[in-house]
Amino acid sequence: MEDIAIVGVGQSNFSRKCGVTIKELIFEAFKEAMEGLDIVNSDIDCSIICSSLYDSQRSAEGPVSEYLGLNPQPTFLIENACAEGSTGLRTAWALIKSGLHDIVLVIGIEKMSGQTSREVAEMMGRAYDVTWESSLGLTMPAGYGMIARAHMAKYGTTEEQLANVRVKNSFYSVKNPKAAFRKEITLQGVLESMPVASPLKMLDCCANADGASCVILAKGDVAKRIARIPIWIAGLGSGSNTTMGRRNSYTSFTNAKKAAEEAYKMAGVGPGDIDVAEVHDCFTIAEIIAYEDMGFARPGEGPKLVEEKETYLEGRIPVNLDGGLLCKGHPVGATGGSQIRTIVKQLRGDAGDIQVKDAEIGLAHNIGGIGHYANVTILRR
Amino acid sequence: MGFETFEKFGIVTHTKESKAADFVTYLEQGKVMATKCKKCQINYFPPQVDCPKCLLSDVEWLEVKGNGKLLTYSMVNYGPLGFEDKAPYFLGVGEFADGVKIFATLSKDIKETDIKVGMALKVIPVKSNDKVFFELQAAG
Repeated sequence: MEDIAIVGVGQSNFSRKCGVTIKELIFEAFKEAMEGLDIVNSDIDCSIICSSLYDSQRSAEGPVSEYLGLNPQPTFLIENACAEGSTGLRTAWALIKSGLHDIVLVIGIEKMSGQTSREVAEMMGRAYDVTWESSLGLTMPAGYGMIARAHMAKYGTTEEQLANVRVKNSFYSVKNPKAAFRKEITLQGVLESMPVASPLKMLDCCANADGASCVILAKGDVAKRIARIPIWIAGLGSGSNTTMGRRNSYTSFTNAKKAAEEAYKMAGVGPGDIDVAEVHDCFTIAEIIAYEDMGFARPGEGPKLVEEKETYLEGRIPVNLDGGLLCKGHPVGATGGSQIRTIVKQLRGDAGDIQVKDAEIGLAHNIGGIGHYANVTILRR
Repeated sequence: MGFETFEKFGIVTHTKESKAADFVTYLEQGKVMATKCKKCQINYFPPQVDCPKCLLSDVEWLEVKGNGKLLTYSMVNYGPLGFEDKAPYFLGVGEFADGVKIFATLSKDIKETDIKVGMALKVIPVKSNDKVFFELQAAG
């Protein structure tokens, strides 16, 4: 049933300022993804570029595909806010499943250092409804601040419990040479950081970054021929959500739950079968919500999961052992691919210091906007 | 058709024209209005004049009256472009009768220590220079 595999993964260093062009940054990720693969550029049937294009380049797919030697094969851009990386993967899967292509390359890219934080905040703010939301000053942290406040009001979640997520992810960040922020942070450090959008403080938030990722997918028989250890795509799920004022829930992303249900069903597994997970921790509260939406914890019990260290390497369900968005940095278009890379390395047994023993099934949860777009991907060795 | 009056809406305006421009006229008259599809009887807030269910554009305007309650909120300490001087400001979602929920700024008249999930609210129009928008205000 699992007839499409990931054969290559790569990412650039994630940093606050890369100092190179987006094409050069992508090359780093492409090179890593092609390592050990028995193919040449012309074997790649199609390239998909996933980006919200915070850099000046528009239609990045042209210059990027040329730089990687992928002309005249088809190439196109996907924009889906912070979820575009996994939307690219889903699209690549469909292109292969349809029989149209055998090998598809999914690039994620964002270069955000060319703009001031305020400019980025304003551009990000225009990813909401510009008519009714951006016009009233909605920002990404404010949206997640409202989610956090609702979770606190409903379940008694505390700021300390949110901060536990950053403490965990920073603990692992020092083991990830490609993370932008590699420093252990204490609970006190998070709690004393500058307020951004209550109840979220600076260290509850991920930072804008420059970075690229690359995922290469292939049809089953091709994958077995060209890759040492193909990692199979077992389940895919996806969903969308409304503007902030029309939500049915402010303590859960109902579309992420839908996406998880679809992915679990397709893979024939449940939350208890997941050995290792990457979730979209753009804010500490986002990781808590993800535990609950993915079924790792019951509604309201997400805070306890990290408090009891169940999402640490030795715990029941290790989550974001690569430092997460909170510590890697969040180059919007590159994030989904970076999550997939971490899971693929885990399932190959190549994860080094953060290897989960005998990991066979992994899950990646990638969100766009304030829960507007959600993709869940389940991979199997 | 006068759709361009919509450019008065918002603290910052990104959308200058809308078929829902009557919303701005009502705001100037002191009323915050939702739309209701006459055929499907579905309320829309933010207002929209097109109904995706029946594909008709036959709505009536109805005023959002009475008290609602605050579902959630956040104090924004760092505003984006156009909001630099506004921060800190509060954003929240209020729930009103007939399933109408409203995302808006919270009035600066509400004392910070009084802001709580569940507090009673009303929605009020605000005029500021040549702009109009709506805010959530403490009820009673």
